[in-house]
Amino acid sequence: MSETPRIEARDLAVTLGEGRTRVHAVKGVSFQVAPGESFGLVGESGSGKSTILRAICGLAPISSGEVLVDGERLDKRRDKRFAAVVQMVFQDPYGSLHPRHTIDRILSEPLSIHGLKDRDRRVLQALSDVGLDPAFRFRLPHQLSGGQRQRIAIARALILEPAVLLLDEPTSALDASIQAEVLNLLTRLRAERHLTYLFVSHDLAVVDHMCERLLVMRGGEAVEALEEGRLATRDVRSDYARKLMTASDGFVRPQASAG
Amino acid sequence: MSASPSADAPLLEVRNLRVGFDTRRGLVEAVRGISFDVGRERVAVVGESGSGKSMTGRAILRLVRPPGHVAADRLAFRGTELTGLSEKEMRAVRGGRIAMVMQDPKYSLNPVMRIDRQLSEALRAHGRISSTEARRRMIAMLEDVQIRDPERVLRAYPHELSGGMGQRVMIAMMLIPEPELLITDEPTSALDVTVQLEVLRILDDLVRGRGMGLLFISHDLRLVSTFCDRVLVMYRGRIVEEIAADRLSEARHPYTQGLLACLPRIGGGHATLPTLDRRPEWLNA
Repeated sequence: MSETPRIEARDLAVTLGEGRTRVHAVKGVSFQVAPGESFGLVGESGSGKSTILRAICGLAPISSGEVLVDGERLDKRRDKRFAAVVQMVFQDPYGSLHPRHTIDRILSEPLSIHGLKDRDRRVLQALSDVGLDPAFRFRLPHQLSGGQRQRIAIARALILEPAVLLLDEPTSALDASIQAEVLNLLTRLRAERHLTYLFVSHDLAVVDHMCERLLVMRGGEAVEALEEGRLATRDVRSDYARKLMTASDGFVRPQASAG
Repeated sequence: MSASPSADAPLLEVRNLRVGFDTRRGLVEAVRGISFDVGRERVAVVGESGSGKSMTGRAILRLVRPPGHVAADRLAFRGTELTGLSEKEMRAVRGGRIAMVMQDPKYSLNPVMRIDRQLSEALRAHGRISSTEARRRMIAMLEDVQIRDPERVLRAYPHELSGGMGQRVMIAMMLIPEPELLITDEPTSALDVTVQLEVLRILDDLVRGRGMGLLFISHDLRLVSTFCDRVLVMYRGRIVEEIAADRLSEARHPYTQGLLACLPRIGGGHATLPTLDRRPEWLNA
């Protein structure tokens, strides 16, 4: 990679808790994501994949190593400038939107924090960008379906026109048909806006569909980095990546007897 | 329970099952007249949220509470009509002959009780046994579900177990009375993929080893196609298609086809995924 990576993690480590409950959630992970690229972090629960996203946006402490955005090292605090470049979308569309705020207020809040004018137009534009009718503007989150809520969460993340989206299992709580719609939306938005994605999922097929390159993680460590097409040709080296790949093919009956 | 039907009769017969809820806005029908049989086989009920798949499982065990109400032309377990049983008779069926495993062990195990107490309670509910006998049985049960250190698990509280371990304990508990039919509602959805397969292998052994019937409720069409024998596809309270699991790729109903097509595949490329175009006529399938 000759150009400056949009996001780079260098030997990133995250330790959570104190004393006996100390957990090394991420143990020295490094990767680079080029501008406009979609990079996947895949693994099972406890692999540290979500913790990496949380560490990047300041929700988890970086205990050693560093994270660089456009070549600049992140300090302890994330400022407004950071929020204008990097935004996050969480897994649970039920928990990540304020239940008593209207969609209008949810979408306007980032605009007022950043002192942006022309809020009306931007809110309406954001709704139309994620394929929602303007009529949703004055509804409350509980009046929306799960898929619609996740569209709002994406609209909120995009309203500051960031360059990077951190996506933490954005479709795991959705039905398969709704997942397809949200994934298509994310694909379209990335192409239109030249966005960079850091995409976390436990689902190998989803990550393979959404990302050019990916990192398989386990127990806080990077197990194997896979370049474009390696999953398709089943060209993986580590036992664990192979195990994950086989598992996502589904159940295999012992002795292949049809019972 | 007097009827002793012939060996080839289905374990469970369901005819025109309906589950409705009286709400302020009128009657909402979660299940709208479905019929199927379950024998000593693995039958999947697949659908998205709101399809009525979970309500179907609950209705069979008469676990639908008011304001919900259940009606069926026939809801029979080995020839015995379940709707006609008293609550006391039903309790003997429930857990005894038909057992149910729910999605998340975190919510179905008692969080303030050690595993040994929960298991022995379940054992004693189905017969008088001494405490040494109970302990021996508990260890055997846990070994049956591939738990390698049963002594430690017995001493543990539910929060000290991983999700996969908790679900094994649940399965072990449900199997105590040796039920003939097991209903599982998304039993592996809260588990990691690799753990999910281990739990499925245990269920698979039980069905084949004990000749148990399994009604496997799931949202995961692809998983079901590799695990079950037969698949019932539900959409908005109706069964829109019934198909052999290994022929799912030949499904005829556009809903089933759409559900399969919208799943990303490994090596499927980055092109736009097909989405479901829900047709109003599917409601009357």
